[in-house]
Amino acid sequence: MATMALPRPATTAPRSLTRATGESRAVRWTLTAIALVFLALTLVLPLALVFHEAFSKGLAAYVAAIREPDALSAARLTLLIASIAVPINLVFGVAAAWCIAKFEFPGKNLLITLIDLPFAVSPVISGMIFVLLLGTNGWFGSWLQEHDIKIIFAVPGMVLATTFVTAPFIARELIPLMQEQGADEEEAAIVLGAGGWQTFFRITLPNIKWGLLYGLILCNARAMGEFGAVSVVSGHIRGETDTLPLHVEILYNEYAFAASFAVASVLTLLALVTLTLKTLVEWQQKRSASDAAEPARILERTVA
Amino acid sequence: MSIEVRNLRKTFGRFVALDDVSLKVPGGELVALLGPSGSGKTTLLRIIAGLEPADQGTIHFHGEDATEQPVRERQVGFVFQHYALFRHMSVFENVAFGLRVRPRRVRPSEAEIRESVMGLLHLVQLDVLSDRRPSELSGGQRQRVALARALAVKPKVLLLDEPFGALDAKVRKELRRWLRRLHEEVHVTSVFVTHDQEEALEVSDRVVIMNEGRVEQSGTPEEVYEHPATPFVYGFLGDVNLFHGRIHQGRVTIGESELDAPGWADARDQAGIAYVRTYEVELAPSPSNGTSLAAVVRHIRAFGPVVRLELDLLDGGRTIEAHIPRARFSALSLAKGQRVYVSPTNVRVFAEAP
Repeated sequence: MATMALPRPATTAPRSLTRATGESRAVRWTLTAIALVFLALTLVLPLALVFHEAFSKGLAAYVAAIREPDALSAARLTLLIASIAVPINLVFGVAAAWCIAKFEFPGKNLLITLIDLPFAVSPVISGMIFVLLLGTNGWFGSWLQEHDIKIIFAVPGMVLATTFVTAPFIARELIPLMQEQGADEEEAAIVLGAGGWQTFFRITLPNIKWGLLYGLILCNARAMGEFGAVSVVSGHIRGETDTLPLHVEILYNEYAFAASFAVASVLTLLALVTLTLKTLVEWQQKRSASDAAEPARILERTVA
Repeated sequence: MSIEVRNLRKTFGRFVALDDVSLKVPGGELVALLGPSGSGKTTLLRIIAGLEPADQGTIHFHGEDATEQPVRERQVGFVFQHYALFRHMSVFENVAFGLRVRPRRVRPSEAEIRESVMGLLHLVQLDVLSDRRPSELSGGQRQRVALARALAVKPKVLLLDEPFGALDAKVRKELRRWLRRLHEEVHVTSVFVTHDQEEALEVSDRVVIMNEGRVEQSGTPEEVYEHPATPFVYGFLGDVNLFHGRIHQGRVTIGESELDAPGWADARDQAGIAYVRTYEVELAPSPSNGTSLAAVVRHIRAFGPVVRLELDLLDGGRTIEAHIPRARFSALSLAKGQRVYVSPTNVRVFAEAP
């Protein structure tokens, strides 16, 4: 633009404002290019590679790899584990967030820290903890053996490990949201005669539904994709204690590359679906947030 | 229904929010709890509603002890400071909420709910906006929805926390008058919290003035304004000038001037503070035998029917404020820097706290 070079009158405030915080064109282009190249190398290229390798022996081999009995059993187990772990964490997450956001009690900070623990600990260590507690030589191992209860190297252990690793997702998503909303609406509902459950289902839940859905999607994605913790407690029995991520590793270690990538592509598709859903929910969340935005909403209650 | 509060005490950690508060609200009255922030007025309101438990003391509704009664059984209507409207519901559903959550056997039919909600929305002049969401309403409209919602359950007591606090000055004035009229119409015992003395005096039948967790005075607006019981009430209701002096045998000495101190005939050379309302002073161009204080005009704000003057007292150098009628101001033809003599027409003397 030719006008860019002209000295600007002082009245064009918005333009001089963007200049104050902006960068020169060269810097902007360079930074954008670096970001794009980085993304291409670390995200797009691996993603493309997964599908390229998966189809490297043709469509028939791809379908065969996915329909193979062990792969199907792994898929079933993955779904089973997620269908147990996710609801448990849904209940735990909502309950924990409700407690933390709406009430004051001693030990609240400790609870918040504990909720974050699974994020702070390496998943492999999480798995080890369960082995040490419940394994044959673990603290409760002999008791469990006496009563013929099998947890480690069996499905219950994998569910436990997955539940532990995915515990923070929903609570973490809801706590800031519920804290921001405060307890005013709940108090209003109770004064109007609503009971505890009525207040929860009619007031609290509608206000957090998008945040809750977002947390659920992330929690589910992690539950299906978890490798480290589940690997430690699974025992790798083909067709029995094998989830999709573990199955990918087994196939890879057996040099069945095309089959391995075919199964991996299923998980990748799951990731893409998750991302799409996540974006949709985020968009909805933003819409309902701006919908409900009250100007001059003061959060802290003074003891006036 | 009357409300009675006996010897209420409430602390938050080491902060004493309420310190032995007792209070009676006769049935059908509109009472204002007035005080600065931190005086415990909102805490008192929340305890009456049952939203907060008291550490000590009892609450009685219509003579019956309600201290242990849970919130949802108290049948109170509560209007929150920031309205707390249900953001995901329409105006209609907000007002209908209290009826819809009733147990099935006492729940009105859909037609009855519709009728009573629309009746209330008509009362608060919002019937045309019944389908809107709270976020689509102005502050004043939200306030009225909050009121209609609270009234929908036919409360025995209506409690309002800073009902006009978040509104601009013009809307406040309108809503104030409107609340007064509404109260005359529905006639439910109402308590509202405010820090605005004008609001309290204008709207209520009775004002309860609170400070630092205690009730300073309660009475009709005229009583508390004309006969403040404590220095705090004097200072809180209206603009006031303070003169530090000595009280002796019914007279108070301020600098070189002496004024009458009614009610202090027995005092013997005691430290005291004379309270003089800004409009209860007479200004004159010449001194009147020892009962006036010499001052210099420092600043003049001459808009409206009342002219406000800032005056520097000659002895002590303190600045006082005087409000005089415009006609008097013109007659005196005062100018900045000019000397005037101030004679209080009404003095209230309190002993200085030791």
